[in-house]
Amino acid sequence: MSEPILELRGINKSFGPVHVLHDIDLVVNPGEVTALVGDNGAGKSTLVKCIAGIHPTDSGEVLFDGKPVDIKGPREAADLGIEVVYQDLALADNLDIVQNMFLGRERTKGGLLDETDMEQAARKTLASLSVRTVKSVRTQVSSLSGGQRQTVAIAKAVLWNSKVVLLDEPTAALGVAQTRQVLDLVRRLAEQGLGVVLISHNMNDVFEVADRIACLYLGRMAAVVGSKDVTHGQVVELITAGRSGDLGIARPEAATI
Amino acid sequence: MSSEEGSMTDTTESPAQETPQQGAISDFGIDTTSQSTGEAVRDYWARVRGGELGSLPALLGLVVLLIVFSSLSDTFFTLGNLANLLQQGASITIIAMGLVFVLLLGEIDLSAGTASGVTAAVMALHLIHNGNLLGGMGDTVFYVFCGLLVLAIVLAAVMKVWAGAALSAVALVIAGVGIPANAWLEMLLAVCVGAAIGTITGFLVAKVGIPSFVVTLALFLVWGGVVLQLIGQGGTLGLRDDTIFNVANGNLDFVGSWALFVIAVGGYAAVVLTRHFSRLRRGLVAQPTTLVLAKIGALAVLAAVITYALSLNRAPSNLVVIEGVPFVVPLVLVLLVIGTFVLDRTSYGRHIYAVGGNKEAARRAGINVERIRMSVFVIASSAAAIGAIVYSSKVGSVDPNAGGGNTLLLSVGAAVIGGTSLFGGKGRLRDAVIGGAVLAIIQNGMGLLKQPAAVVFIVTGLVLLLAASVDALSRRRAATAAR
Repeated sequence: MSEPILELRGINKSFGPVHVLHDIDLVVNPGEVTALVGDNGAGKSTLVKCIAGIHPTDSGEVLFDGKPVDIKGPREAADLGIEVVYQDLALADNLDIVQNMFLGRERTKGGLLDETDMEQAARKTLASLSVRTVKSVRTQVSSLSGGQRQTVAIAKAVLWNSKVVLLDEPTAALGVAQTRQVLDLVRRLAEQGLGVVLISHNMNDVFEVADRIACLYLGRMAAVVGSKDVTHGQVVELITAGRSGDLGIARPEAATI
Repeated sequence: MSSEEGSMTDTTESPAQETPQQGAISDFGIDTTSQSTGEAVRDYWARVRGGELGSLPALLGLVVLLIVFSSLSDTFFTLGNLANLLQQGASITIIAMGLVFVLLLGEIDLSAGTASGVTAAVMALHLIHNGNLLGGMGDTVFYVFCGLLVLAIVLAAVMKVWAGAALSAVALVIAGVGIPANAWLEMLLAVCVGAAIGTITGFLVAKVGIPSFVVTLALFLVWGGVVLQLIGQGGTLGLRDDTIFNVANGNLDFVGSWALFVIAVGGYAAVVLTRHFSRLRRGLVAQPTTLVLAKIGALAVLAAVITYALSLNRAPSNLVVIEGVPFVVPLVLVLLVIGTFVLDRTSYGRHIYAVGGNKEAARRAGINVERIRMSVFVIASSAAAIGAIVYSSKVGSVDPNAGGGNTLLLSVGAAVIGGTSLFGGKGRLRDAVIGGAVLAIIQNGMGLLKQPAAVVFIVTGLVLLLAASVDALSRRRAATAAR
């Protein structure tokens, strides 16, 4: 087992009087898909935003590549190699795939955009992810389907030699075939050695691609289990009640303090 | 159903997926080869049908208008009139080019017209009072003017729009030092004052967050009042200076005309061919070489015919000689090339399109959205100042109505008629030139046909309405054709 690429220790986060995250511990290993599940309001999105540097944490430690880091903003997270693919895709419709993938980080030569270089790099990235559905990398994003857009958004995250990719409900708005595409892509990201965190509500998706499942319950990490070791039902119980048999938070009474 | 697992995982909508599990790179096979001419044409046609019309409708309109007016009027298609047409349309075109930047963000600048009037008035005052703006404006107005320039410098510096800060500072120096009149200095002053005006507009829109429609509507009135204050009710500031007069009325000599031809066509060919062969060398999809060469050839022939025609004597009488390409042609060309270059080949230009397309995506990509939004107003007002120099030069004076009337409306109209979208994110600088030409031809042709102003206004308005409808409909088409 390799060293964890990203490790959270005792993360706490409050919004005013509301204590959203309680002592969260989470380990993201390279080459693994870690699913982050939990009911609405369990703190999934907040946790992702803390990792991405959008929200500062109140206490706790973040270790990246074994070294403690202090992520103050999205820029620093990106510099470390942490990329987030948001639920509402951050793509500009009027630009083509290459332009979107390099948006904000254009490659220049002598002060001018180096289009050919960017186009080649974009193609290489898409090819390495075996993206087959896009006819030309110069297609405008406005003419892509939902699944293709999601693909471009994910490929954009991969382009930057990122080490950890956080996906916030990437399949929420997609049809069957497109969900298929995106899940395959998620799997391939892990095969390339990236640490992948997948937020999802869909248990089928989770069991299909995840190696480990981290269940959040009311802002606490109820359990982190191997997806092979549990059943659908157990995970659902962890999500809704915070415990399932001897898994999860030991006693519900203890959790209410 | 004993199909291979591999083919199961590759369910896609694309019909080209009949043969699964090819090598990864070969999936882009269609994307790597150079296209044939037929493919390139089909590709273009598919995009037009998909709603990406670009400036095609405006170009068609241009051709129709040329044919209609040539057949109705004997004088329309004469050399003298065509050269006149270029000079008439230049100021609107230049202001429209600046507005394209604003429109690309989905914003509007209603104050560009009267702001251009302010720059023209300042330019004329500086010239007439031999550099003594304090004397020309009176104490109070002068100190307020300098105060606003200082404010513009501060605002631009706060927002890190350095060009705006630098140009405002130059304006402050020219105004404060009182250097004696010099035509080039006056023109520089006009552009710098324009930049300062744009800085203030941009700050109010981008940082304070007032909708650009309201900010520029208010400033439209304000600058209109300022022009009146600077010139005085019923007054007129004459521009008696050969250099300024020549901007809109002068012509290049014979050698200069052909030198312009060589530089323009040669430069275009060099840029296009360099990019084309660099793409071919790198194995990226490229248009067929014959098509590229044909395009360059067609442009060269067209430019040669125009240059030849304009270098003939077109004076109506034998007493004078009027020949050569009007100065406004290289002026518009230079602005067009610089602006297109900025929009297409720099990160800044790319960011303008991105902010116009999806502000939130741009923000998440780490683009300083506020700075981009502020900077386009600086560009628009600076371009408006150049437009002001041209129309003041054409008339030879600046009156209290400078930049008022329908200057702005025609400029916005030119940009929209050319194909710039009012919804943002779509448009090119050449749209302004094509749209400006359409409007200039309508105004000029209707004038030659002795149509009353009423008819000219109505026709111009209807053409603008038509262009806006084409924009809206093609957007809807693009939205439905997407999936």
